Amino acid sequence: MTTTITAEVFQDLRGVGCPMNLVKTKVAFSKMKSGQILGLILDNGPPINNVPRSVTREGHEVLSQEQLADGAWSVLIRKA
Amino acid sequence: MIDFTEEQLERYSRHILLDDVDVDGQEKLLQAKVLIVGAGGLGSPAALYLAAAGVGTVGIIDNDVVEISNLQRQIAHFSKDINIPKVQSATEKMSAINPDIRIRTYREYLCADNISEIIMDYDFIIDGTDNFPTKFLVNDACVFLGIPFSHGGILRFNGQTMTIIPGQTACYRCSFRKPPPDEVPLCAQAGVLGAVAGMLGTIQSAETLKYITGAGDLLTNSLLTFDAKTMTFRKIRLDRHENCPICGSEPQITELVDAEQAVCGLA
Repeated sequence: MTTTITAEVFQDLRGVGCPMNLVKTKVAFSKMKSGQILGLILDNGPPINNVPRSVTREGHEVLSQEQLADGAWSVLIRKA
Repeated sequence: MIDFTEEQLERYSRHILLDDVDVDGQEKLLQAKVLIVGAGGLGSPAALYLAAAGVGTVGIIDNDVVEISNLQRQIAHFSKDINIPKVQSATEKMSAINPDIRIRTYREYLCADNISEIIMDYDFIIDGTDNFPTKFLVNDACVFLGIPFSHGGILRFNGQTMTIIPGQTACYRCSFRKPPPDEVPLCAQAGVLGAVAGMLGTIQSAETLKYITGAGDLLTNSLLTFDAKTMTFRKIRLDRHENCPICGSEPQITELVDAEQAVCGLA
């Protein structure tokens, strides 16, 4: 049995490089409540290597990361 | 909550990326009102950094025009600005860095009669004055009105600064009771290394941004001094004094007065 987690706020950050992808992630968090889930699409390479690490360092919880057919990553993060 | 434009997000990205500033801190900066007293050696870097940081309203007061001898350290003013008012020269540079902010200029001397009306609307004051009477006047008015401020002073290779939250932390008069005798020279007589002005004015700017955003710990109850000759920095603990003539339990100073200074000091 699988549990499906749904993002309450979603941002497609394909084509948005570092560090503006993290800036936009922080803007999204600033409008969310603690415990809400943010879904991001991040490019492969530096974005998927950096953004989850940075949000983890700030105390948020990365729930999953899954590579999509086009190589980008779908990431779910719970706001601290 | 402010909806940042794409351009603002890029402009302020290096602030937003800081955990201690973040989106919320940048919003506070955009809503803040800061007054810079003096558009000289300390006020110049402060004006440029506050504008760059997106402090929403920056006031700047100075009655002087730019002189060639200012240009060695007062980095908001350029050679082309000689003979124009310093507040006008500073405003041009601040707007050029960041057209987002509002700038209010006051081309006048700060004195006991006008200080309260001018500063009462601001959240934080930067003292970038070059004379002791005005430094004490800024302290006293800020204590009366409860406005936090950054004290700063430079001479030769030395700088000193402290941040004051009236009613909570030591004020300037807690340690320095009254203006020193007239023998204490001003930069005009003693000289000052140009970059020392930038060092001190930049520390005051950082304190201002920290106060507004709530990031870190302020330079309160302590005086930071440095000697650029040896590049030695010291932080001296200065506590609030129960018998301070203005913020103590039985204040003797109950109204603002202009202290006198030797005529040569007013040049």
